[in-house]
Amino acid sequence: MHKLIIENLTLRYSDGVEALRDININIPVNKITVMFGPSGGGKSSLLRVINRLNDLTDVDHISGKVLLVDDKEIAKDILDPNLDVINLRRSVGMVFARPVVLPLSIRDNITYGLEMAGEKDKNTLEGTMEISLKQAALWDEVKDRLDEPAIALSGGQQQRLCLARSLALEPELILLDEPTSGLDPISTGFIETTLQELKKKYTIILVPHSVQQAARTADLAAFFLQGDLIEYGHGDELFVNPQDERTANYIEGRFG
Amino acid sequence: MFKSRDWSEFVITRIIKLTGYSTIIFVVLIFFFLLNEGFPTFIEVPFASLISDRWYPIEGYYGILPLLIGSLVVTVGATTIAIPVGLCTAIFISEISPRWLRDILKPAVEILGGIPSVVLGFLGIIVLSPYLRVLLNLPTGLSAFTGAVLLAAMSLPTIVSIADDALDAVPRSYRNASLALGATDWQTIWNVTVPAARSGILTAFMLGIGRTIGETMTVMMVTGNAPVLFKGFLSFLYPVRTMTATIAAEMGEVATGSIHYHILFFIGIILFLFSLVINITASAVVFRQHKKVEKILS
Amino acid sequence: MFKVNLSTPQSRLTIQKIGYLSLTLIAILTVVPIIAIVVHIFIQGFSAISWEFLTGFPKDGMRAGGIFPAIVGTFYLTLGTAIFSIPISIGAAVYLSEYASENRWTQIIRIAIINLAGIPSVVYGLFGLGLFVIFLQFGTSILAGCLTLSIMTLPIFISTAEEAMRSVPQSFRVVSISLGASQWQTIRRIVLPQAQPGILTGVILGLERAVGETAPILFTAAAFFLPQLPNSPFDATMALPYHLFVISTQVPGMPVNLQYGTALVLLLFILGMNILATLVRSHARKQRQW
Repeated sequence: MHKLIIENLTLRYSDGVEALRDININIPVNKITVMFGPSGGGKSSLLRVINRLNDLTDVDHISGKVLLVDDKEIAKDILDPNLDVINLRRSVGMVFARPVVLPLSIRDNITYGLEMAGEKDKNTLEGTMEISLKQAALWDEVKDRLDEPAIALSGGQQQRLCLARSLALEPELILLDEPTSGLDPISTGFIETTLQELKKKYTIILVPHSVQQAARTADLAAFFLQGDLIEYGHGDELFVNPQDERTANYIEGRFG
Repeated sequence: MFKSRDWSEFVITRIIKLTGYSTIIFVVLIFFFLLNEGFPTFIEVPFASLISDRWYPIEGYYGILPLLIGSLVVTVGATTIAIPVGLCTAIFISEISPRWLRDILKPAVEILGGIPSVVLGFLGIIVLSPYLRVLLNLPTGLSAFTGAVLLAAMSLPTIVSIADDALDAVPRSYRNASLALGATDWQTIWNVTVPAARSGILTAFMLGIGRTIGETMTVMMVTGNAPVLFKGFLSFLYPVRTMTATIAAEMGEVATGSIHYHILFFIGIILFLFSLVINITASAVVFRQHKKVEKILS
Repeated sequence: MFKVNLSTPQSRLTIQKIGYLSLTLIAILTVVPIIAIVVHIFIQGFSAISWEFLTGFPKDGMRAGGIFPAIVGTFYLTLGTAIFSIPISIGAAVYLSEYASENRWTQIIRIAIINLAGIPSVVYGLFGLGLFVIFLQFGTSILAGCLTLSIMTLPIFISTAEEAMRSVPQSFRVVSISLGASQWQTIRRIVLPQAQPGILTGVILGLERAVGETAPILFTAAAFFLPQLPNSPFDATMALPYHLFVISTQVPGMPVNLQYGTALVLLLFILGMNILATLVRSHARKQRQW
């Protein structure tokens, strides 16, 4: 079953840059789909379309369909202007490249999304917080200092906090935009392992910060080049035997 | 589903927008009020009388020329002192003084900026004016000169701090390039840094002038309040009267709706327009500089 | 070959030495009088400060007694100014920082703010007289004075508040939105609390200016002498800056040390607020979470 169905998506910014050109891709449920390629390829723009974060930027033109399918197989078009975007952003979690912790305590960071949604019950908040922190493999490290400012955590811990923060809202889809680009190898490994666990419950789209990370984590892989989707296939096939010459060149490091 | 949260948020957003636009409403309100009360002057006072050189409302003389000139004289005097001194001090603070000295000087100048005009006026009456009277052998120490000195002191902090910011904003690379070509620090300051900061420095000057024109209490207390015409350079050492002091001194005694009342509002309009022109020019200069920088950086 | 006439390094260095010396002298010329003024007022006015001076009423036509009603009046005026000005200013600052796009109307708002900042204080007094005292018939009152002062202090509050909000990193806003918060929730929960110290500093500095202003209250609120404290916003009031003005220009035979004493009290008010603002600012810098 597919979680996300994208048809003929085209996106252009008001400075004339065509970030995405007629993208067609289906994202399967409960798998890690990796979108990789050199910078400027449109991957970040695509992620921001999915949670409508590009509403905050200067978008000149956007067309096509982006359908989010829930467990009852009902699809809604993310690009629908009448869509409740706030609700959408709760169902689509996003982790950014640099960990951005809110200037609050660890506890308040995690429960932020729920509180903004109107959740007031202390037990629900505490319970969800604990579950999310465990899912992000951070619980043991912070359980004794939940009221300390989140800024006091290390980089790797902060990024796992950001992951837990998104998980607390129990999203349908998790988007990660180069989540480990600023982290050391151990923290990176931690997060990659966590993602493998999480895919059992969630659908994950990952923009990796290296081809190696793409190859390590991908169930499915999509290669983007300057706004076009060049190739899309199963991870273990695409990295070993890419069909398109450009994909092969990029994977082998002939350009980047 | 119409949540109550959506509704309250809608209202709050509208209120916020309203407060933003309220600033425009206030300016317009002030201008129209002044206009409304000051406009009758054109009807009540013949133009020839208006620009005559006699200001003696009790006997019906409403010549505003001595007041205009009074303001002009004091402003020019204050500016002549404040601009060079202010610029030099700003350059000293920004380019020459060591860090520790700068950390003393900047707050000190800020303190001067915080001293209320009435306190400076008070010191003018008690200390400066008798001193000048004795020093320069004048009939009274309350004069345009005294006013100019004190006003220079008042506009100095504005000029120094804005000019200092402008100088500070000049990139290190400009100075380094000049020094690498063999110029001395002194040459660099005057040939590179100051010209590079010129729009900010100009803004500093203009805002300082704006502050001087609008100053009321100090001038009312120390310039002698004699609405006479300026006759020759030496008149600088004799009393004058500014527009601001006129309003402050006479407003309490006029009957609402009288000619005198209207003409004081009329003078208010003149002051309002002066400050409008200065401030818009100053901000246009800054704006144009920003656009230039944006073009270079983009 | 050309013989280029370069100035010798020696002569340029000499010029520099002279130049540096002149600038240093000028800077000293600027700063020494400032310190002298403050010290002078302290020394001269100190003798007048006493419990009776601070808590008593003027006697003998101001020539004796205390300045209590002036102190209280200044306090009321400052408080009233804060009450009216702060909500509007924060609202306008939130609008400019978080909601407004950079279009023509926003430009006009900014020009309006610059103009409000530049209007001479006596013109504000005139406006306050015309609108609040006469047209709205509040009479010479604390209310009229406060309303006049609040419009006057709007620009300072708005620009410092806006700057405080703009300095809050954009990444916080993006993250908050991505978690499903609305714009107002983001402002209320993240931006405003983080900007609070900056806003507070601006408020203190703005009120500090209002404390020292005489011209706006000259026709709108100030009274020469009141035998008792004002007990409603519609009463006129004495005020420190106006009191200083009056006793130094309109009371013959006024003891000099009492004049200095009044000036000193006013100065202490202002310096105190300055120090308070500096403390808030440096405390905020330490507490910053970004």
